Amino acid sequence: MISELPFVDIPGEDESLRQSVRRFVRDYVADLPPDIRARSWLGFDAEFSRQLAARGWIGLTLPPEHGGHGRGHFARFVVAEELLAAGAPVSAHWFADRQSGPLIAKYGTEAQKRFYLPAICRGEAFFCIGMSEPGAGSDLASVRTRAGKTADGWQMKGHKIWTSNAHHSHYMIALVRTSGVPEDRQRGLSQFILDLKSPGITIRPIRDAAGDEHFCEVFFEDVELGDDALIGSEGTGWEQVTAELAFERSGPERLYSSSVLLEEWLDAIRRRARSGKELRPSDQVLAGRFASHLTVLRALSVSVTCKLEAGESPVVEAALVKDLGTEFEQAVPTLIADALAATPDEEPVPQLARTVAYLTQVAPTFSLRGGTREILRSMIARGLGLR
Amino acid sequence: MDTMIADSVEQILQVCCDPQRVRHVEADPRGKAASTMWEVLAQSGFIDALCPEHMGGAGLGWREAAPIVFACGRHALPLPMAATLLVRAALAEASIDAPSEPVAVASAASVLDDGSVRADAVPFGLAAGWVLVRLPAGDRLLPLDGASRSPFGGRGSLSADIRWPAVPAASISLPPATDQAICWRATMAALTAAQMAGAAERVTVMTIDHANNRNQFGKPIGRQQAIQQQISVMAAQSFAARMAASIALGGAGWRVHPDAAAVAKARAGEAAILVAAIGHAVHGAIGVTEEFDLQLYTRRLNEWRMEYGGESYWNGVLGRTLLQGDMNALDFTRILTAAT
Ligand SMILES: Cc1cc2nc3c(=O)[nH]c(=O)nc-3n(C[C@H](O)[C@H](O)[C@H](O)COP(=O)(O)OP(=O)(O)OC[C@H]3O[C@@H](n4cnc5c(N)ncnc54)[C@H](O)[C@@H]3O)c2cc1C
Repeated sequence: MISELPFVDIPGEDESLRQSVRRFVRDYVADLPPDIRARSWLGFDAEFSRQLAARGWIGLTLPPEHGGHGRGHFARFVVAEELLAAGAPVSAHWFADRQSGPLIAKYGTEAQKRFYLPAICRGEAFFCIGMSEPGAGSDLASVRTRAGKTADGWQMKGHKIWTSNAHHSHYMIALVRTSGVPEDRQRGLSQFILDLKSPGITIRPIRDAAGDEHFCEVFFEDVELGDDALIGSEGTGWEQVTAELAFERSGPERLYSSSVLLEEWLDAIRRRARSGKELRPSDQVLAGRFASHLTVLRALSVSVTCKLEAGESPVVEAALVKDLGTEFEQAVPTLIADALAATPDEEPVPQLARTVAYLTQVAPTFSLRGGTREILRSMIARGLGLR
Repeated sequence: MDTMIADSVEQILQVCCDPQRVRHVEADPRGKAASTMWEVLAQSGFIDALCPEHMGGAGLGWREAAPIVFACGRHALPLPMAATLLVRAALAEASIDAPSEPVAVASAASVLDDGSVRADAVPFGLAAGWVLVRLPAGDRLLPLDGASRSPFGGRGSLSADIRWPAVPAASISLPPATDQAICWRATMAALTAAQMAGAAERVTVMTIDHANNRNQFGKPIGRQQAIQQQISVMAAQSFAARMAASIALGGAGWRVHPDAAAVAKARAGEAAILVAAIGHAVHGAIGVTEEFDLQLYTRRLNEWRMEYGGESYWNGVLGRTLLQGDMNALDFTRILTAAT
C-alpha cells in the first residue's frame, strides 16, 4: 500500500552540514567543464572519494561502532544533494554508501561488518551491484548465475551485465541462484559479496553512446568463494534485494541527473540579460517550470527520506518519486534544447551545447537504471490496490 | 492535531456536502440548499480556524488548517470556504468584525470612470455574500447586495462577473497592508491549488475504484497493464499537487509566501490536466454524464486551473524571480521551501 507523503523539514543539525560540504565540493570541481560535471554519479575519482571520507561524509547512515557516523538519512540527503548539484565525480563510493553498506549493516554477520564497513567509510572499499544479467533485466528473479555448495564454501558460475563501476570496484554484491531452477523465481536466490580479484572473474567494460565506460560485463568461471561470502541467509536473496532497492530508489539522485545543465542554462540566461538583452518571457516561464517541479520533487524526496529515517521501507513511495523525478531529469535537456534552438540568430554557448548533447544522449538511461519506468508504474499500481 | 481536524472536517462535509447537495447549490447558488450548507459550516467553527483565540477563533496557521482546504476540494464544496477563512483571519487581525455570509476574493478589480466597480470572473461569486477586492484606494470588502452579477463560467460554474454602481456605503475597509507580502491573488492561488489537490485525490480514488469494478474482456479493466500505467501516472500527479499545496500552506500564520504560492498553483495546474484526462479516459462514457459524480470534480479541476493565474502565469512570476537573482536552482528551491 501507499502512504501519505507529508511536507517535512530537514532537521537543522543535518542541514548544518551543507555549507562545509559545498565549499569543499565546489572547490574540487571548479576547473571541470560542465559537460564533464554532468556525468555526476557516473564520474569516477577515487581520490575525491577518499577526501570526502576523510571529512566524515561517507557512511553517514552507518553505525559508529563500524566506522560510520550514525547520522541517518537526512544527513546523507544533504551531502548527496550537494555532491550531485555540483556534478562531483562520486561513483567510486556511491554504491557502497547508498546501498551495499546499509545492506551489510542490516544483514551482515559481525565479522562482515567489521571487515567491510570501516573500509567503506574510509573511502577505500568500492562496491558494485551485480543484479542484471543478459537474460534477466526487468525480470530480475530469472537470474541464472549460480553458486553451488562445496566442502568449504561455494563455487559460482555465470554472467552479470550493466554492472556500473565493476572495473573500478573492489567488491560486488551479486544476486545468484543457490537452489532450484530459474522457474522457481524468487525462491532459492541468495546474495554474495565477491572480491573482484578472485581467480575466475573477468571484467569487460562496455562503452556507452557518449563514449564513456561506466558499466561492464562480468564473467564468473568456477569462482571459489568462502562460506563468509554469503550475506544474509541462503534463500532470502530476494527479500534482501528488495530492501536494497528501496535505498537505491529513494535518494536525491533521482532528481539531480540534469542539475549541472539546469544551473549552466540559468547562468547563461542571466549573462544574456546582463549583456543588455531582454529576458524572454518563454525563458522565464521555463525557468519557473523547472523551479516549481524541482521544489515539489525535492519536498517529496525529503518526505521519503523521513520514512527511511523512521525505519520504514517506503518501496512504493520511492518508486512514485523516482518516476516523477526521472521524468523531470529527462525533461530538462529536452526543454533546454528547445529554448537554445529558439534563438538561431544568437551566438551559441559551446559548453552549454556540449552539455545538452551529452545529457540528451544519456537521458534515456535515467528511467532504466534502478528499475524501468514501466516496472515502477506496475509497482505503484499494485500499491494503489489495482490488480 | 492534523488528523483531528482532517477527520472532523471530513465528517461534516460528508453529511452536509454530498454530491446531490452540491448539485442543488450549483443549480441555485443563493437558494435554500446553499444557506443550509453554509449554516452548518459556520456553526462548525471552522470558518474561524485562523482567527486568534481571543477573538473566538482557533488560532491556527495554514500548516494546521490546510486539511480543511484539501477537504473542500475533495467534496467539491460549492461555497467559498477557503476564501472566507482567509478574509476572516485578516479582519480578525485588524480587530474588524466579519460579516456572517460567505466571502469571495476577486483576482482583479477596477474602478471605472463613472465610479462603478467591476470584478470579472470572481470565483464563487454567485454563492458569496461579500467580495474582497483590491482597489487603488485599498483593500475593500464589498457587500453583494445591490450589485449585479452574471454567471461567468460554463454549466454548474459558480464564478461571476460582478458590477457595483459605486463603492457601497456598507463596504468594509481593510487596513493598509503593513507588510507588502499580502498578495490576495497569490494567497488565493495557493488555496485554489489545495482545493485542486483535494479534487485530484477524489478523482484518483474514484478511478481506482472504477478500474477494479468495471469488467471488460472477462476481467476488471484495472488488470490491464495499460490502465495500471495510466492510473500510476495519475496518482503520482495527485501526490505532486498535494505536496505543492502543502509547501505553500506550510506556514504558522495565515499569510502565504508568494513564491511558494506560485509553485503551488503552477504545479497543481499541471497535475490537474493529467488527473482529469486520465480519470475520464479510464471511466469511459459514463464519466461524462451529468448523473455520474466524476464531472463534479474534473469540472472544478479544469476551472480552478484557470483561476487566480494559470501555469504559465505563475511559472513566469517564479522564473523572473529566479533569473533576476543569482541563486542556483537548488538554493532557490531550498530557501523557498524553508520560508513557508
Ligand atoms: C546506466 C545504467 C547503469 C546500470 N547499472 C546497473 C548496475 O550497476 N547493476 C545492475 O545490476 N544493473 C544495472 N543496470 C541495469 C538496469 O537495472 C536494467 O537496464 C533494467 O533493470 C532494465 O533491464 P533491461 O535493460 O534488460 O531491459 P528490459 O527488461 O529488457 O526492458 C525493456 C523494455 O521492456 C519493458 N518491460 C519489461 N518487462 C515489462 C513488464 N513486465 N511490463 C511492462 N514493460 C516491461 C521495460 O520497461 C523496458 O521498457 C544499469 C542500467 C543502466 C542503463
